[in-house]
Amino acid sequence: MSEANDKVNVQIDGEWHQFPKGTRMIEACRLAGKEIPHYCYHPKLSSPGNCRMCLVEMGMPPRPRPGEDPPKPDKDGHLPIQWIPRPAISCANTIAEGMGIRTDSQLTNECRHGVMEFLLINHPLDCPICDQAGECRLQEFSVEFGTGGSRFREKKVKKPKNVDIGPRIRLDDERCIMCSRCIRFCQEVADDDVLGFTDRGSHTVLGVHPGKELSNNYGLNTVDICPVGALTSNDFRFQMRVWFLKETNSICTSCGRGCNIIAGAREDKLYRLTPRDNNEVNSSWMCDYGRLNFHFLTSEARLTDPMILEHRAHRIARWSEAVGRAAEKLKEFDASKIAIIASGRMTNEELFMARRLGETLGIEKIAIVPRSGEADDYLVSADKNPNTRGARLILGKKVDKQLKEIAAGVKKGTITALIALDENLLKCGFEEDTLKKLDLLISSHILANPTASLSHVVFPSTATVAEKRGTMINRTGRLQRLNQAIDPPGQAMDLWEILRDLAQALGGSNGVYLLEDVFKLMAGTIKEFEGLSLGKIGDQGLPLLKPKESIPLLERERERIEKGIIVG
Amino acid sequence: MNVPKEIEAEIDERITHYPVSKRSAALPVLHSLQEHFGYVTEEAVEWVAAKLDLEPINILELVTFYPGFRQSAPGKYHIRVCRTLSCAMEGSYELMEKLCQEAKIDRSEVSHHHPIAVSEDGKFSIEFAECLASCGTGPVCLVNDDFHEAVEPAKADKLLKQYD
Repeated sequence: MSEANDKVNVQIDGEWHQFPKGTRMIEACRLAGKEIPHYCYHPKLSSPGNCRMCLVEMGMPPRPRPGEDPPKPDKDGHLPIQWIPRPAISCANTIAEGMGIRTDSQLTNECRHGVMEFLLINHPLDCPICDQAGECRLQEFSVEFGTGGSRFREKKVKKPKNVDIGPRIRLDDERCIMCSRCIRFCQEVADDDVLGFTDRGSHTVLGVHPGKELSNNYGLNTVDICPVGALTSNDFRFQMRVWFLKETNSICTSCGRGCNIIAGAREDKLYRLTPRDNNEVNSSWMCDYGRLNFHFLTSEARLTDPMILEHRAHRIARWSEAVGRAAEKLKEFDASKIAIIASGRMTNEELFMARRLGETLGIEKIAIVPRSGEADDYLVSADKNPNTRGARLILGKKVDKQLKEIAAGVKKGTITALIALDENLLKCGFEEDTLKKLDLLISSHILANPTASLSHVVFPSTATVAEKRGTMINRTGRLQRLNQAIDPPGQAMDLWEILRDLAQALGGSNGVYLLEDVFKLMAGTIKEFEGLSLGKIGDQGLPLLKPKESIPLLERERERIEKGIIVG
Repeated sequence: MNVPKEIEAEIDERITHYPVSKRSAALPVLHSLQEHFGYVTEEAVEWVAAKLDLEPINILELVTFYPGFRQSAPGKYHIRVCRTLSCAMEGSYELMEKLCQEAKIDRSEVSHHHPIAVSEDGKFSIEFAECLASCGTGPVCLVNDDFHEAVEPAKADKLLKQYD
């Protein structure tokens, strides 16, 4: 079929456009720059068409009656449009050849006003205390299509409030506008059909079945897709007004999936992580575990200053002093006696700087700590390190095996100096007694831990969540960017900075000052990164490696797109 | 929940009427259970869900939607008084009041979510129903499956006596 045959001519607000066959009317309008207000429609879910907010005026070329002349096309070949007196929902209908859509006509506007008036009849006027205020579709469309006052003089229907429907989610039924997005998400994406409407009619109530709860690991996505403040996150509610949040595009680092996220922060405090659309990684979703795995950033155990062990006690040191001490000590060792334990939680740039440090000193033993756990059949990967692929690419495939060899070497006494980067050695095969035998232990950590207690020099490092810039490669081989949303506490620094300073103290200036410099060096050294820059990676990442690994949730979503159930 | 063998057999037979999707059998199955037990308990909802490979919320949605399904125990005789327009104009509200008086039923606790009131002795229960399809002969009511037309409120006691 030629390309022209796959396209359909549609007139939107007087202008003719071409869209692929099968495009939903609402999507065609969006592509034409006419956003249609909607509540129940979500491109990743089925379209029941129950909110009626996306009603538009629609028309088709007239069909001639028997004996009547067929309509004549205009000079551009378009047939005239006979407008249908009743509106149509644009979310569940697909475009057809010669169709006309009016998104701003009197009929369309009257429909929107009418739907808004009905929705607001029973909706409480509690925006000032509602957590959704500022990102509420009902609030936004009230401004655009609502009237200033209400004609409703009767009593509002009372419904359950502050309902505990699961460990992480709270429900306010009076705010619910019955769009059913959360129900469809639980049925279609999370396969945990616990939500439903009971008492349908004027008292429709959203709820979980008695004795059940919405506790699946993807539940908090319902809070994101709830267009109003009916579902709120226990973790985020009442913590911060959303319009104060500075939003930074980044990725989740709780497992190898690398879900795209938006980090919401204010004044160097992170308040929430929400999923960001990426159809090659996480669609529009993320797991609750990853979403909430950032509270350690403000832990009491957070390290904020470099420390030096002196007379069996740690004392706070200036940054330059700690770097100087570490370098001075390292020089005392033969390279064969030194090993580096890096981490699969480090960014590519940090791993590259670890590799450079190894090369500067001639260290051959370098390992990462594997972290494997359970994968689910959705997004969560069995690899709990966010950057195992990057570590293998930059440090070589041997990094997986070397950990055991290094641990054995330390035990035997053939390795006498260790550099541990963001890993607690006591949790990965090293014993306290053997670590005590080391002549030199330099480590970096985000939180205080037993390895830090045993170290001669300790550097405070930054967390991958929201505190640093860099890149990582996820399980499916996609190179993605992390961006910094907040400043780290105290003197904590990114590992690439710590390693840069250490390399400088050991071997003099190496021309690395910025993260961009590191990436440039890396792009010049490792062929997979050739020709790339941080800017080129963009917010959606780039496919870099092609491992044979698929994402179960995306596979199923693609099937549903194929069948036309969802838009995608 | 103890579903007698013959009821379960009847239910299993009803399910066979819907070869494409067992889900479609939900209403007939619920009717079978309500006919036997008098109302649909929480346990029954779960039993039906398990029977049809569904989640209990799918069944609860149905039970709470259709006024024909009761979620609390009715009396021995369950009265449904029509309150739709024609019957209301012919005096169905007075009929309701009279029936309650005669059968000693207290409707003060009745609400949208609890529409049924039961007499102290458990013999009668009552609720309002929407149109029972006899608008020309209002007010009408159903006592269990018996249909009564043009019931004068004053003769409410006579109606109840038939069920002594």
